[in-house]
Amino acid sequence: MNNIESIKYFTPELTLVITAVVILLLGMRFGFAHRPEPAEGMGARRLLPLLTLTGLVVSMFFCAKLLDGFQPTYLFSEMIALDRFALFFKIIFLVVTGFIIMFSIPYQSNADKFAAGLQPEYYVLLLISTLGLFCLSAATDLLMMYLAVETVSISSYILTAFLKGNRKSSEAGLKYVIFGAVASGIMIFGLSLIYGLSGSTNFEHIPILLASGSNGLQPVLLAATIMVIVGLGYKIAAVPFHMWCPDVYEGAPTPITAFLSVAPKAAGFAVLIRFFYTVFSFQSGPETWSLTSGIPWPTIFAIICVLTMTLGNLAALWQNNLKRLLAYSSIAHAGYLMMGLVLLTGRGLTAILIYLVIYLFMNLGAFMVVIIFSRAIGSEDIKDYKGLGWRAPLVGVIMCIFLFSLTGLPPLAGFIGKFYLFAAVIEAQWYWLAIVGVLNSVISLFYYARIIKAMFLSGLPDESAPNLSRLSIPGYYTVLLILLVLPVLVLGIYWEPLYNFAAASLEFL
Amino acid sequence: MPHLLTYLIFLPVMAIPFILLLPSRLSGTATRMAALIFTGLQLLLAGYLFFIFDRQTAAFQFVEQAKWIPTFNIEYYLGIDGISILMVLLTPLISFLAVIASWGITKGVKGYFCLFLLLDTGMMGVFCALDFFLFYVFWEVTLLPMYFLIGIWGGPRKEYAAIKFFLYTLFGSVLMLLVILALYFTSNPHTFNITKLIELRNTFTGTGWLVAFIGLYIAFAVKIPAFPFHTWLPDAHTEAPTPISVILAGILLKMGVYGILRICLPILPEAARTFAIYMAIIGVINIVYGALCTMAQKDMKRLIAYSSISHMGFCLLGIAALTQSGMNGAVLQMFNHGCISGMLFLIAGVIYDRAHHRDINGFGGLAARMPLYAGMTTLAVFASMGLPGLSGFIGEFLVFLGAFEPYPTATIIAVSGVVLTAGYFLWMFRRMFLGPLNPKYENLPDINTREMITLVPLGLIVIALGVYPMPVINLINVSLEHLITLVK
Repeated sequence: MNNIESIKYFTPELTLVITAVVILLLGMRFGFAHRPEPAEGMGARRLLPLLTLTGLVVSMFFCAKLLDGFQPTYLFSEMIALDRFALFFKIIFLVVTGFIIMFSIPYQSNADKFAAGLQPEYYVLLLISTLGLFCLSAATDLLMMYLAVETVSISSYILTAFLKGNRKSSEAGLKYVIFGAVASGIMIFGLSLIYGLSGSTNFEHIPILLASGSNGLQPVLLAATIMVIVGLGYKIAAVPFHMWCPDVYEGAPTPITAFLSVAPKAAGFAVLIRFFYTVFSFQSGPETWSLTSGIPWPTIFAIICVLTMTLGNLAALWQNNLKRLLAYSSIAHAGYLMMGLVLLTGRGLTAILIYLVIYLFMNLGAFMVVIIFSRAIGSEDIKDYKGLGWRAPLVGVIMCIFLFSLTGLPPLAGFIGKFYLFAAVIEAQWYWLAIVGVLNSVISLFYYARIIKAMFLSGLPDESAPNLSRLSIPGYYTVLLILLVLPVLVLGIYWEPLYNFAAASLEFL
Repeated sequence: MPHLLTYLIFLPVMAIPFILLLPSRLSGTATRMAALIFTGLQLLLAGYLFFIFDRQTAAFQFVEQAKWIPTFNIEYYLGIDGISILMVLLTPLISFLAVIASWGITKGVKGYFCLFLLLDTGMMGVFCALDFFLFYVFWEVTLLPMYFLIGIWGGPRKEYAAIKFFLYTLFGSVLMLLVILALYFTSNPHTFNITKLIELRNTFTGTGWLVAFIGLYIAFAVKIPAFPFHTWLPDAHTEAPTPISVILAGILLKMGVYGILRICLPILPEAARTFAIYMAIIGVINIVYGALCTMAQKDMKRLIAYSSISHMGFCLLGIAALTQSGMNGAVLQMFNHGCISGMLFLIAGVIYDRAHHRDINGFGGLAARMPLYAGMTTLAVFASMGLPGLSGFIGEFLVFLGAFEPYPTATIIAVSGVVLTAGYFLWMFRRMFLGPLNPKYENLPDINTREMITLVPLGLIVIALGVYPMPVINLINVSLEHLITLVK
């Protein structure tokens, strides 16, 4: 489809762009960030997030409209794909960004260090980042893929360093840039090798051209593949490309950490699936794929997968800062997700999609609680969480639900996600991988339980003398938390619609 | 009455909304009453079940079957037979008594009873589920409340004990999950339905399934707990509050034995026949090693905990025999041990509430000061030793009878366990109740009415079954006979 015709299928992305531009212009005109402090400024401050949310809702509406009844097709001269697979991920990104915006709304008139949410650029960058994620999940061309990766990365660098004057935030931003630059440099070298070998940048054409070429260049192709894995592995924070992750997660404003732990990871998986399943393998049956061009990428990923989950979990055991702990836990979760990638079966991919949806809610939820508690007690250290569960029972219980869901205990949604992953692994008869996976879940219990132990296992109040130092949690936060916890509870008991949606979304060009 | 089992399972959690809605001013007593009423209703239902249960058939009764997740062929499938009926009866009884025993809990009452009731539901679910997925969900549902109940309301080392319990059990159960999935993908058409898997039992043969059997066995052995996975038990028991110890010893440990009977043996019979001899050996190690460890204990609760390990060994030995009387003995032993160890932990709780320690050597001559208490202790201790005329004897005797033919040597060694049991319990009894009275405890009040209410029903069962065990054997006999034909 040519460029002009494509535009009417590009409405979700265009909505994001328009919203971003509008906010930027409004910001320039009214200068929100420089308003005087008193409470009268609150109305205007809330205008920005509300505007952004409106943009996201409109974009979601366009996505939903595209979803019913269309033929999968290429847009913009085969640069990006319009298919159910991409739309599935776009919906995920919109939900994530929506929650992040809602986390960021400043709730007090006194500007604290989370004043990031006061500045128009913050929302603009989030929207641009979302736009990049949209393109990443739909890219069917090496160039588009690289451009999208960079769009996401650059806006993430700035967002990470958004807390001006905060050393940790700046340091995290710088680290992120350096690691990111190296990784994307390596990746684009790999991409150029692939182009050199095949003479095309299009996912669909590369395998055909590769097959017709000579086989003597196999080592070069393998090297190129590994370079691409470096670039994308960095995006999903897979070991050994994860070094940036804990520092960046710790230093970034917490809503951004939550964003980074879910959205780019999901996009990374989208592009990994699309790239490796179309370029280096072909669909040989209704639910199975076979390798082409003899690149043993499933084996490479299996090794990375085992390293990622094991190292992520083992490192998380020693963390005392909650954000760092959750950073390592998110590395481990990337490892679990990768199990679905190596199997070359439809069930494996469906499991990834299901897991991503569930992971979104539980991981955002856990970060949300960290935000709430750190605004209430001013700390993200586990030892300061002592007895917190009794001082804020509802939030404490909800945190337990998120953490046990992350561990993968029934009847919570996290179990369903893991269940489908392990089911796919067992079906494909990768028994050793399944065993490594479940043992890792057991390890993960230990550090998640540490948080729960701190919150609940001490400081039990007496019935006769109710603890007076109750934390007051703004009702707005409670509502948000309940929005996040409901899916975790409901999907743990009834997930048939989610399964059907994920299975139907497994259709990519 | 339709959906009898569903009510039986979910009655306890139905109390939770009431408890959460209680105003905090009323919460203490009202919470306890709500828990008492709902577990009481559950007990009544169970009593009704006892009378209408058909003793003549090995088929599943009170079956409920509904589609849950059709795309993965997961069902909500409940039913009970002779293997589960005893535990389905015991669970509400022990839970009800444990609620009474929990009356003294004053901190975080709402949370305590919510978790307690959730635990009750999980346990009932395990014994009623006939869909393997559902079974696994209930199995795991028992973990969370137990972790908190030990971890929040436990003794000084509660945090260590709670996480140790959690990690051990989770380690076992994730292995079970893998085997469940392997069974699912091997069966054709794919199913989690336990009755269908049993029909397909002869397709699960070969070394691969022996490994799978061992995976399942480990999952259940951790719960029993069988050597060498037993080390969590003494810690968990020692630190848990009294009512939770009662639940733990009375029901939770039985889930392991039940799992072997319900799943390991009928679904993987070939592997079971190969592995039986090792199971017998592990059983004997449990009996003798457990008893020797018990000898060395100074803490009363720890002593009872180790004696549990020893007594659960009889269940393993009886199952490994794969004979009618061995199986009958094992299932009876499950039930009896539930009653007896429940009594013993309640008894330990009584003295702990008064003296605030459980050091056996710190007491002496209590029989003169607390005659009623001494009497109840005597009953429980004698029952645990397997004195003829009390229920412990019947179970152990049947186990020996069944196991002697296939494993004469192992059985002879195991019999020494009975002597050792007599040794450590009588020694404990002497140190605590006989001899000169420790002057510190001159004014210790005797056991009170509430404590008697928790002990007497169990005591009556122990005596009644010791004299005339047929009502219980009738319940289980036919199903176990059928189980043996499945395995042979």
